[in-house]
Amino acid sequence: MSDPTGFLEIPRQKTAYRPIKERVKDWDYVGPQTLPIEQNVQQAKRCMDCGVPFCQSDYGCPVHNVIPEWNSLVGSGGWQEALKKLHATNNFPEFTGFLCPAPCENACVLNRDSQPVTIREVELAIIERGFEAGLVKPILPRQERRERVAVVGSGPAGLAAAQELRRRGFQVRVFDRGQKPGGLLRYGIPDFKMAKHVIDRRIEQMKAEGVEFSLGVSIGKDVLLNDLQRDFDAVLLAVGAESARDLPVPGRDLAGVHLAMDYLTEQNQVLAGEVASTTINAKGKRVAVIGGGDTASDCIGTARRQGAASIYEFSLMPKPGLERGAETPWPLVASTLKVSHAHEEGCERVFSVMTTGFRGVGGQVSQLDAVQCAVKDGQLVKKPGTEFSLDVDLVLLAIGFVGADSKIVNATPGLVQRSNGTISGDLNGMTSLPGVFVAGDARRGASLIVWAIAEGRRAADAIERYLHQ
Amino acid sequence: MTVDNQPQGLYDPRFERDGCGIGAIVNIRGERTHTVVRQALMILQNLRHRGATGYDSETGDGAGIILQKPHDFLLDVAEGLGINLPAVGDYAVGMVFLPTDESQQQAIWDVFQSQTERVGLEWLGSRVVPVDPSVLGEAAAAVQPAVFQIFIGRGSAQDELAFNRSLYLARRLSEKSIAAQLNDAAESFHVASLSVNTVVYKGMLLPEQVSSYFVDLTDPRLTSALAAVHSRFSTNTFPAWRLAHPFRWLCHNGEINTIRGNVNWFRAREVSLANELFGEFAEELRPLIRSDQSDSACLDDAVELLMLTGRSVDEALRLLVPEAWQKNSFMDQARRAHCEYNATLMEPWDGPAALCFTDGVRLGVALDRSGLRPCRYTVTTDDTVILASEAGVLPIPADRVKVWGKLRPGEMLLIDTKQQRILNDFDLKAEAAAKFDYLGWVERHITQLDPQVSVAEPELLEDLSRQQAAFAYTREELSMVLSSVARTGDELVSSMGDDTPLAVLSQRPRLLFDYFKQQFAQVTNPPIDPLREDMVMSLTMYLGAKGNLAAPPSSSALLVRIESPLLTPGELNSLERIPALKSCKLSTLFSPATGVAGMRMALSELVDDAVKQVRCGSALLVLSDRGVDEGHAAIPSVLAVAAVHHELVKLGLRTRADIIVESGEARSPHHFACLIGYGAAAVVPYLALASIQDLIQSDELDAPLSYSEAVKSFVKGGQKGLLKIMSKMGITTLQSYCGAQIFEAIGLSQQLVNEFFPATASRLAGLTFDDLARETIARHRHSFDLRRSAEDLPLPGGFIHYRFGGEQHAWSPEAIAKLQHATTSGSFAAYSDFRKLANAETAAPTALRHLLTPLKQRSKVDISEVEPASEIVKRFTTGAMSLGAISQESHEALAIAMNRIGGKSNTGEGGEDAARFQPESPAVSRNSAIKQVASGRFGVTIHYLTHADEIQIKIAQGAKPGEGGQLPGHKVDQQIAKLRHSTPGVQLISPPPHHDIYSIEDLAQLIFDLKSANPRARVSVKLVSEAGIGAVAVGVAKAGADKILVAGDNGGTGASPLSSIKHAGAPWELGLAEVHQTLIINRLRDRVVIETDGQLRTGRDVVIAAALGADEFGFSTAPLIVQGCIMMRKCHLNTCPVGIATQDPVLRQRFSGKPEHVINYFFFVAEEVREWMADLGVTSFADLVGRTDLVGQRRVEGPSKARHLDLAPLLHKPQISPKFTKPASGYVPDTYDDSLLQQCRPALEDRTPVVLSRRINNSRRATGTLLSGEVARRFGAEGLPDSSITLRFEGIAGQSFGAFLAPGITANLVGAANDYVGKGLSGGRISIVPPKQAQFDGDVPVVVGNTTLYGATSGSLYVAGAAGERFAVRNSGAFAVVEGVGDHGCEYMTGGVVVVLGGVGRNFAAGMSGGVAYVLDTDGLFHLRCNPTLVETRRLSNASDESDVALLRQMIHRHISHTQSERAQAILTNWEWHVAKFVKIAPKTDGASASKKLGRIKSIKRTVGHEVQSHV
Repeated sequence: MSDPTGFLEIPRQKTAYRPIKERVKDWDYVGPQTLPIEQNVQQAKRCMDCGVPFCQSDYGCPVHNVIPEWNSLVGSGGWQEALKKLHATNNFPEFTGFLCPAPCENACVLNRDSQPVTIREVELAIIERGFEAGLVKPILPRQERRERVAVVGSGPAGLAAAQELRRRGFQVRVFDRGQKPGGLLRYGIPDFKMAKHVIDRRIEQMKAEGVEFSLGVSIGKDVLLNDLQRDFDAVLLAVGAESARDLPVPGRDLAGVHLAMDYLTEQNQVLAGEVASTTINAKGKRVAVIGGGDTASDCIGTARRQGAASIYEFSLMPKPGLERGAETPWPLVASTLKVSHAHEEGCERVFSVMTTGFRGVGGQVSQLDAVQCAVKDGQLVKKPGTEFSLDVDLVLLAIGFVGADSKIVNATPGLVQRSNGTISGDLNGMTSLPGVFVAGDARRGASLIVWAIAEGRRAADAIERYLHQ
Repeated sequence: MTVDNQPQGLYDPRFERDGCGIGAIVNIRGERTHTVVRQALMILQNLRHRGATGYDSETGDGAGIILQKPHDFLLDVAEGLGINLPAVGDYAVGMVFLPTDESQQQAIWDVFQSQTERVGLEWLGSRVVPVDPSVLGEAAAAVQPAVFQIFIGRGSAQDELAFNRSLYLARRLSEKSIAAQLNDAAESFHVASLSVNTVVYKGMLLPEQVSSYFVDLTDPRLTSALAAVHSRFSTNTFPAWRLAHPFRWLCHNGEINTIRGNVNWFRAREVSLANELFGEFAEELRPLIRSDQSDSACLDDAVELLMLTGRSVDEALRLLVPEAWQKNSFMDQARRAHCEYNATLMEPWDGPAALCFTDGVRLGVALDRSGLRPCRYTVTTDDTVILASEAGVLPIPADRVKVWGKLRPGEMLLIDTKQQRILNDFDLKAEAAAKFDYLGWVERHITQLDPQVSVAEPELLEDLSRQQAAFAYTREELSMVLSSVARTGDELVSSMGDDTPLAVLSQRPRLLFDYFKQQFAQVTNPPIDPLREDMVMSLTMYLGAKGNLAAPPSSSALLVRIESPLLTPGELNSLERIPALKSCKLSTLFSPATGVAGMRMALSELVDDAVKQVRCGSALLVLSDRGVDEGHAAIPSVLAVAAVHHELVKLGLRTRADIIVESGEARSPHHFACLIGYGAAAVVPYLALASIQDLIQSDELDAPLSYSEAVKSFVKGGQKGLLKIMSKMGITTLQSYCGAQIFEAIGLSQQLVNEFFPATASRLAGLTFDDLARETIARHRHSFDLRRSAEDLPLPGGFIHYRFGGEQHAWSPEAIAKLQHATTSGSFAAYSDFRKLANAETAAPTALRHLLTPLKQRSKVDISEVEPASEIVKRFTTGAMSLGAISQESHEALAIAMNRIGGKSNTGEGGEDAARFQPESPAVSRNSAIKQVASGRFGVTIHYLTHADEIQIKIAQGAKPGEGGQLPGHKVDQQIAKLRHSTPGVQLISPPPHHDIYSIEDLAQLIFDLKSANPRARVSVKLVSEAGIGAVAVGVAKAGADKILVAGDNGGTGASPLSSIKHAGAPWELGLAEVHQTLIINRLRDRVVIETDGQLRTGRDVVIAAALGADEFGFSTAPLIVQGCIMMRKCHLNTCPVGIATQDPVLRQRFSGKPEHVINYFFFVAEEVREWMADLGVTSFADLVGRTDLVGQRRVEGPSKARHLDLAPLLHKPQISPKFTKPASGYVPDTYDDSLLQQCRPALEDRTPVVLSRRINNSRRATGTLLSGEVARRFGAEGLPDSSITLRFEGIAGQSFGAFLAPGITANLVGAANDYVGKGLSGGRISIVPPKQAQFDGDVPVVVGNTTLYGATSGSLYVAGAAGERFAVRNSGAFAVVEGVGDHGCEYMTGGVVVVLGGVGRNFAAGMSGGVAYVLDTDGLFHLRCNPTLVETRRLSNASDESDVALLRQMIHRHISHTQSERAQAILTNWEWHVAKFVKIAPKTDGASASKKLGRIKSIKRTVGHEVQSHV
């Protein structure tokens, strides 16, 4: 039972990260290793058990976690039941628990004119306790089915679909071109945001449940999609949207100007021992990160730990306010200023600037040219006379993605890619090829992990329906 | 004309009801005089205000008289016709209505004569009864029958009983063969009476027309020693002569709520009864009780049949309408045993009843167990007894009065003219109980279960979550509902109404229970408070084969008494092991693989097996759905039980066995009620109990309870819920509820209903048996799909709170967000996004109106021609939400908004701060135009009433019709306590009924009172939609209301038990259309304005409601959403986080609503209305009302269940002819009161004191109220200085004497008064003293009636005599001294002081949460009469209770000075001795703890709004 006056009596309290001085010296998780249980119990009691829980609606959680129910259970000590309810809607609450920007908290009714419940942290506490207590066990299907399903891509969408399908008895094989499964989770997300063993223990569970993995296999290159169609009863493309948006300005070709994902992947591979050393390193350099999103923050945190001399973050958009604007009333997502832990660790944030070009010395970037800009009638316009330059040694482009890698589309006749780069699918996520489905970023464009999980679960349902016709 | 009252559209004549006044006069010595007849007719005339007329003011609803067979008179008149009548005991006289056509008459005579002779009686001849048709009203004259008397000789009948049986046979056989042979003639044929001892004269007459129409009645040769009269108030306007009372044996004031069950149970018994009584004719006679007649007529039939078994008329009535004996600690063993014996033979015919009955020798009156109808009597020194609904119906000189008395609940009074004596209740029942060794019988024939077995071991069911899913359990239900009741023993309370679709509109499979809506009492009879008036309630059932009504007690089989119908598996087990009670278990499972046909086959096998088992002697059938698994699905339990029950009834086997349902499906009170309502005697909810065990094991119960404790809570909660469901229909005993089918089905096909749930209303078609089977199988398949893990089962739910993927909610997150964005930004475009959702364009339908669609017309007009929005918004009101339910900020913002646009806001039930009555500025007025008068009468003063444009009587509320309310103590802060005249921190209870409305004629009285208080306001009556509301509305219109509000079942609420929110009442579309159609058919539509409400949200909603008949429109939830409500459903917890439904000052600061937002909303709605009007080609809104031709049914695509619905009955347009309606004459102030007002001008104009003296009689009602209204208007709440106006009356005052009496007015009455004295007393003073000349025989005379000082807020009352039931009910500030009170004294009192210098009835101080009472406890048994739930009692001591003693003494002094009471004088004379005999009754001293609670809430540390980061 929820505590009816908890929200009046208990202040919102977030678990603090490790002290900056300490955490920038290592690659470990920025937060504490063990979460304070009592604190989470208290925080869960702030949940009002709303008649209309906006947190789990379309305004909030894409997997529609039954947030009030597990908050209530945590509040009364029913951790095990809470875990069951959490897993009922979310295959990987630890991924979202560590990484989700928590649209649920934006939509939380308390966020209307107060501070939302710390939903993400409660979620993380539930699953971490579950792992500690050995409650996360393989769930074996009650009945085997003979139909075989291939899942291409082992990011959160592919993994969620694979796990769901396997638990319903299907024979599931996951293909990924990486050495290890996880996709962007593993190669894009820095360790200080989520340690890799978090992925590994989940993969162990999936393997125990009977999901098979084929790693180091690139579909469209090593194996054709048509081959999969032949060997499997259904195929799911969960290949992500890793085609990065580029910045076609003069000087883009200079050495030292890199796509963020190339930079982040390399550091992750080094830490995992997959490669010996980095080719792009910020140590001692003046770094400019172009872009204002999560990837930019990841670059900042990584550069800081590599020992950058200085770090700038250049955002195209104006600096958001601290308060919710009238144009985005609750429960719409508010565009308020977000300060990530990487920001806290130190960087110069510059807003309303447009990078116009790079200049270099000896093919190596040395200077960045930019101009201030403003939003006028919904359009970005440069402000004349505000041009400036900045000395830089390393530029990281973190300005988004433009859809799925075209390789697989090009190699597969009949598969349709939309103009926005996503792979076209019908309402059920089935592509133009019968029995071939698409889910995750590949279908909806680059988005949140939680969306990927939601997509994977929906694809599993669609595939099950398809195989049952 | 007669075609009007055929069923059409939503109108069905079977819903018609009536109320009335009754009266009787008897000469105890049995002296027959014409004077008795004349006086009886005078009584009838003095009851005129209790009857009614329809659209034709000259046609009454019916009146009549029953008297002794006037032998001498008949001898004379028969002789003149050449008929020689035999000796008085050797012939019977019949009063017969015939068609006017002579050939038809002849045909009827032929049949009647031959049937008479067939049964061995002698046809002596007939006589035309002379009448004067010129006195009749137009409507009555049009259908006037020919009235005849017939004479039938004893023939071969041996004795009187045999003669009576033969007369019965002659009549019934004639009726049957006339109905069979002579179709047209049968319509007008009616035998009003046929008896050796009595004769009935009655018709479609006004009381004063009876004696002028029937010439016989004024003939001085016509004599009688006794006579009973009746004046009827019906809920139709169709002249129907046969419906008038008296019937053959009785006249009835009240209503039998359980009539359907009673008639069915009679049918079940009639095979054995008929065989015993009528031998060879038995088969031909059935059914013994016709179901096509009124409840009173059915009761009359039942009385007659019981009399033919040899019982006396009073014995028959005691069996049918027993007193409440189970919890009566004053009853002796023998009498109790007699009652219990009767209870095993017959379930009570339950409902409010004052019954006047006679067999021609004995005449009596009886009240039902709750005593909800008044009955006063006078015994004179010349041995005459006058009994009537009111005192003063026959003027008796004061010096001839010997007794002034009144009947108490469950009492009977009988005058035996043969024995020449009065038998009082005690003697009568003691005599009856002594006739047989009932105590011995009970010991031999009744056993009970060993209490040790109640909770056995917890049960572990395999595949629990799949079983739960198969029975449609949801996670929400488990974690919120089931765990709540298992933890607390109370049903879950929720708020904000129901915005999920009807079961038939849901996209999901739903339980069959969900298609049934509970019915409830409104206006024509009262709901009951099962908590405060527990003494009349009973859940006891007797299991086993029941005795034959015509057989001796010794032949009965063994019965098992169970105190509750909810049994645990352990209890069932031990029941099954009782050897003398043969039981058998019948499985209700079927194989889902066999599909629809399989379920049908299994059901018919089940029924066959049940019949076979009963024939083989089984006395207990256990229908069980245990064993559900992959291969076994369960037939819906209510279908199974109804099928078995009705088949057994049909075959006359039903009383030989009882049915127990052992089901995984049943877990909520609504489920239990459905099962019992359709025939089960007990329910074993095994899966609910197993689920509780599972909740305990998984730590989800959130309380340290053992399994057996949790089960006890669950059972207790179920019992409470059942009592609530029964009592909302006014039913007190489960025995009567069993099989009574108090439900309306919505979304079931007529075929399914006719086959399994006969006589249940289901008006819009819907699911067939096959659909139901498919729904059952689909849910089962989903639950037992073994390829899927059961981890996700049961499903989330979302029936209460919104859940993604659960049941749909009209107020989805999107709908809420979009409406708020639209109204705060003022953007009509944003509103359009909202309305697309809300009009089910972009969402699935949630309401019936979404299946209707306005039909665009070719004659569409340009929108500029349509009536402006500023006019349309004037038709809008906001709902009755009290300050208390919502915060001051929210309440006032609504008032300001509505006043600004010319609409109306509503106070709700909580009074209003007088500071709001005057506008602050032209733009800001916080005065609520509608002032509500609800059952709690909180803050209803004369000052409040005079500042209303509209006074709304809330009969029922959509979210919990038939229930009272409670404002928890923590919401009662200083301000609210002040407005409600109560104590801060103390809970406030609104009773389920208005204690001054137990019937339709009572409502007429309240309307009269309110119009007297404020003649300028219109009076509206708020009803809730249910089958039969049309008839109620006709009654309300006839009672003088100006407006009828039809509320839907799904409206919001601050707090209500979940099963009421979900399962009681019907959508407004049904109720509105029924009211509109029925008023048209009765030609009363022009008299009233109709408003509707219940989740209205958009212009389209308004347009459809208008087309179905609404003139005005109420909105509640939507304006709250506009103010920021986000449907938290926490109103009942006071924690509303947006400052609306809370009184917490910190939360109230969060309120962000603005009047402008509300105004934006209403203009958006009105603009949308205009768009639709343009499309419909209607320029003026008034022209839209009732235009059902502009609306059509929308086709629903796909597999939706909604495609089964047929909404044509909603769109039916009655054609009436001749087409005439007369508009209401409007309120005419009572001339008597008006003349008082005129003569008090000096006091009103320049405060010159006025003293007036008047005679008064019982037709002068609400005396002083009109004057009080004028005082309050001129002088405000303060009124005039004390004794500015003194009114002295002599005589017997009518109802509501001194109602709402204002400060400065004193009313002194020498005589007596009727019910409702000092209702709403607002500061005036009343004193009532019996006449000095009266020669009372010792008992304290009853000088005031029931429900005195109801809702009084201040002032004083001194009564030198006793009062009736419910003295000072809901008093919140008046001081009163009285010398005796009936049952339920000081009920729900919240303030004031009451001194009782004499006896008190039972259940004193029930629900009393404030004020203080002092009772002189003369016999030392007060503690047995007091309800100690909320109060503590203490004997006063001169030494330690100084202030109490001083107050008491002061009040007695005042009493003496106002009444010169000798009794009071005697007490003071011997004061020291008397003081110690006084008991002080005051609320338990948690007054202190309540304010402490209030303090605690305020002192909660407020830390909201700060985020704190801590390091670990």
